[in-house]
Parts: sequence; structure tokens; C-alpha cells
Amino acid sequence: MSATRASAPPTRRAAVDSTGPGRSLPTLVRHLAVAAGVALLVLMASYQLDSFRNFQLATVAAYLCATAGLTVLTGLCGQLSLGHGALMATGAYTLALVQNAFAERGLTAGGLLVVSLVVAVLATVVVGAVVGVAAARLRGPYLAGLTLAVAVVVPALTVTFDGVFNGEQGLAVPVAPAPAGLGSYFPHERWQLWVATAATLLCLVLLANLVRSRYGRCFRAVRDDEVAAGLAGIHVARTQVIAFVISAGSAGLGGALLAVLAQSVSPGAFGLTLSLFLLMAVVIGGLGRLAGAVWGAFLLVALPDLTHSLTNLFTLSPATAQRLEGNLPLAIFGSTLIAVMIVAPGGVQGLLSRLTRALRARWPAGRS
Amino acid sequence: MDRFLFLTFDGLSRGAVYAAFALALVLIWRAGRIVNFAQGAMAVAAAYVAYSVTAVTGSYWLGFGAALLAGLLLGAIVDVAVMRLVDHRSPLNPVIVALGLVLLIQAVLGMVYGNEYLPARTPFSRSALAVGGTPVLSPYDLFVFATVGVVGAALVWIFTRTAIGLRMRAAAFAPEVSRLLGVNVGGMLTLGWALASGVGALAAMLIIPTELGLHPHAMDLVFVSAFTAAVLGGLDSPPGAVVGGLGVGLLLSYVSGYAGGDLIPLAVLALLLTVLLLRPGGLFAPVTARRV
Repeated sequence: MSATRASAPPTRRAAVDSTGPGRSLPTLVRHLAVAAGVALLVLMASYQLDSFRNFQLATVAAYLCATAGLTVLTGLCGQLSLGHGALMATGAYTLALVQNAFAERGLTAGGLLVVSLVVAVLATVVVGAVVGVAAARLRGPYLAGLTLAVAVVVPALTVTFDGVFNGEQGLAVPVAPAPAGLGSYFPHERWQLWVATAATLLCLVLLANLVRSRYGRCFRAVRDDEVAAGLAGIHVARTQVIAFVISAGSAGLGGALLAVLAQSVSPGAFGLTLSLFLLMAVVIGGLGRLAGAVWGAFLLVALPDLTHSLTNLFTLSPATAQRLEGNLPLAIFGSTLIAVMIVAPGGVQGLLSRLTRALRARWPAGRS
Repeated sequence: MDRFLFLTFDGLSRGAVYAAFALALVLIWRAGRIVNFAQGAMAVAAAYVAYSVTAVTGSYWLGFGAALLAGLLLGAIVDVAVMRLVDHRSPLNPVIVALGLVLLIQAVLGMVYGNEYLPARTPFSRSALAVGGTPVLSPYDLFVFATVGVVGAALVWIFTRTAIGLRMRAAAFAPEVSRLLGVNVGGMLTLGWALASGVGALAAMLIIPTELGLHPHAMDLVFVSAFTAAVLGGLDSPPGAVVGGLGVGLLLSYVSGYAGGDLIPLAVLALLLTVLLLRPGGLFAPVTARRV
């Protein structure tokens, strides 16, 4: 393969590269430009929105890391993981332990949060590598079953080893306040939003570049046909492990950010339901496209909020209201997931791109 | 020694239920190449029906019958109303839809009955009878063995001795040929779902009273254990599911007896990981042809 590539005339290759549609800028520059634009938007929004909305937006950013990682794994590499909630728990608990260790030694500088986040991601990468190596030999239902077991078991571990993880109570996460240079009345939620957005954008730029790279193409080849990919010289098992590890790292970052936002971690937040939520968000958003992960992350935060205001419209007894509040979002998520899989397997993003394609097809015809 | 004997019989009793639940998974896998991840939630729903019927009529047995009936019906409904509409070209799709069902069923149960543990009754005493001075088996354990035995025998009879069983096997083995020969393949698949869901409901009725009680999530760990049992025996093999179920039951009983009940989830995960890494096809897997 390399021989044919080397023998191709260099001038023609350059010509093809520069005339491809939308390829006028290098991928990295394009992604960085988009990221800078989004960062500017978030910066402006953080001054316009109230504290609660800032906090919600920060939560969206944290979920976005996890859903984007899951999109790369499930949508691009074709591996279904029900264990991403457990991987988020790994990241969150690692961050809590590291932050507590820093606090015990009297280190409270805000910059140390970066160290904790990196350690959290590394720890999750290690766990992801263990699961990924086992998972690379598995197909469809076996992989789903194994990751389901991980999702059910990992929260239970926090109770088994409650000396370290403090059981059902969980751990507090000491987080340094916003830097004094921003003024003494700077709202904490705005600072949280900035931190979460910075980390998430970094993660997304890396993932977006990965998707466009040789690795991304390998992922898609493995997803579409493992035998054909193997014949084309792609190491299938290694590619699947790489996808799992990258995905785990993103989920770990997401979990760590959630811990920073909530300033505490407890096993209840990372149960099987969270794993199913993440999968659902990715499917409804649109598998196989990073933009779908964005829709999914917004949905994860918006839907419970919507059902809350919906139940407030009716006068219900407190007991009924409480039952509805916890369960109605689950019911809506579940039925939406089933409906999307049956009616529109491409999800929201799939519908959008179909719509824009249809519009583009009609537009020139209408003008001529 | 007494303790070992007690744990062994306790493990076999749990294992019998895991075997029944694993059998339900194997039934659907053989019929449609789907692992029904909603099996646990569907079984819990049937157990809640039993709870309501028992609460109204005061009779355990009416509730038991209602649970089986609800299980059969729910299985048929899930196949006709949901699974049949799913695009089966990607093996991920049925799994994702089943997970959606899990969310939906558990949420509806939580809305109707609340997310608290409800007490579940047993028809017989759970205190162990002593044989020669050592407590061995409770009447309830005997009831579990008898029920699972009857169900297993009934399934064997249906699949090997009746015309409908032959049609079900034919529909799973060669759908196109069976259709040409006049077998209602879709109907057979629905029947398979109903049977499997009924067996799952039975397993839930048997195991829930021995644990914390009735809860929308009561079968989560049971499902994982039964899946492990089914994988241990090879997803394709009903005898394998029974052996795997008993094996998992014994292992979990020893782990909780000698090392502590907290470690049960970890033991399940370790066992599943070991089986999948060493022998992904299960203990009873036939030699597989190369898949291209």
C-alpha cells in the first residue's frame, strides 16, 4: 500500500488535497477555531445567565465529555458499553481522593485541580484498558453483558471498601474558590462553568481530531466489517482496545468534572441508571456523530428539569409528586429511546442532516 | 462441615432459580439471537402484579398464577409491539431497545408502587428442617426445587415431544424453509418470547422473597448473575444454562457464607470476566465454524 502511495505523482496529490470541498484549512485549525468560537459564546453566556443556569450549563459540559467518549466507542467503533457510568464513577472517586490528599497536606492552590483531573483521567484510562482488553474479544451481547456487570458492580464496591470510599455517604470534594483576581463577588457557578467548559473543549477538540485521523477511519472500518478491516491490515483487537481506552478517559474526565461541580461524590449518582442514561443520550442525539453527543448532553440536563416544571403544573399530593418526579424522566427517556430506535435510528443529528440535505437539494432547483 | 452442607443446599436452591432465569435468556437467544436485557425488569413487573393480586384476594397462589400469566402476556406484548419493529441488521439495536424497556418498565413500576422495598410473602416456611441434627433444607427450598424441576421438564417436553415445539425449533433453525413449509415463524417467535418471559416471572417470584423484597431494581443483580450462568453454560445450550445456574448459585453461596455478602457483586463480575476471557463460548460450546 505504501508503495503505491509513494509512486503517485506528488503534484497531483497536493492538487487533490487543496481542492477537496471544505478542506481549505487543516483539520486542527478548523476545530480550534470552532472551539474558540464556542468558548467566546460560553463566556458571554456566563455573564448573561443566572447562577443556576450557569451551573446547569457546566453540568452539560461535564456530561458532554462522557457522551462524546461513548459516541466514539459505540457510534464509530461499534462497541456497546453499558459501563460508562461506572467509568465516570472511577474518575469522580479518583478526583475526590486526590483532592482530599492535597487538602490533608495543606495544599489548596486552585491550579492543583488540573493535576487532580489528569490523575483522574489516567486512573480511568487504566480501568478502561483492563475492561477494554477483555472487551476486545467479545461481540454484541457478550460485551453488553460484561459492561452491564461492571455498571452494577462498581457502585457496590464503594460500600464493600467503605474504609476508602466511605460507603453510601460518599466523599466530600474540597475545591478551591475562584481566583481572587476575578474580584470578591465573582459567582462560584460562573467559575465552575469556565473550568468545565475549558476541560470539555480540550477533550472535544482532541476527540474531533481523532475522528478525522487515521485512527478514526480504522474505527469506522472495524465497525462496518471486522473481517474486511482485518484483511486491509488493521489490527482489529488493538483498534477496539484503543477506542475503549480513549472513551474511558473521556468518561473519567466527565465524572471528575461532575465531582468538581457537585463538590461531593456518592455511589447513588453513578448507578446503572446513569450508564443507561448516557447510552440513551448518545442514541437519541445520533450515533456516530460528535454533534449528536452535544444534543444528548443537553437532553440529559434539560429533560429532568422539564418534567419537574411539568409536574408543577398539576396539583398533586406530595407523595405522588415525589414518585412522579423521580420516575417520569426515566419513563420519558425509556420510551423516547425505543421510539427513536424504531422510527429514526439516526437520532436528532441524523434527522437534522437529512433535513439540511433535503433543503440543499431543493434550493438550487428552486432558483434555476 | 455443618456450615458447608448448609451453604451447599442454600446455594443449590439459589442456583435453581438462576438456572430458571438463565434458561429464559437461552430460550430467547435460541429463538431470535437476542439477549433480552429487559428480562429482569419484565420479571419484576410480573412479581408486582402478583403483589397486587395477593393484596386484593389474600391468596398467595392466585398471585402466583397471576404472575405467570402476566409474564406470558408481557413477553408476547414486548415481541409484537416492540421487538418485531426493530431493525435487526445491527446486533446493537435490539440490545439498546431492551435497555429502553428496562428504563420504561422500572419507571412505571416506581410511579405506581413507589421506589420502596415492599414485603414479599413465601407460601412455605423458610426455616431449615434438621436432618440428623444439622439444618439442611427449608420447605421453601424444596418448593423451589420442585417448581424449577417441573418447569424444566415441561420445557423439555414441549420442545422435544410436541408439534408446536418442533415448529418453534424449526422456525429458529431455518426461518425461510419453515415459512415455505407453512410454519407461522413470527407467531413461533412470539410464543418463544412469551414462554421465556413466563419462566423469568416464575424465577422472580421464587427469588424475590429470599432477598430484600420487592423493588423495581430487585432483579438487577439477579439478571447479571443469571447472564453469567447462561454465558458459563454457553448461551446456546439449555442444559448448560441449568449447570451454569447451579454453579453460580453454589459459588455465590460459598462467597457470601465464608467471605461476606458484600463481595457477591464482585464475585459475579470476576466469574463473568474469567469465563469470557478463558472460554467465551461457555463450557458446553460446540466447536464454532469460522465466521466470515
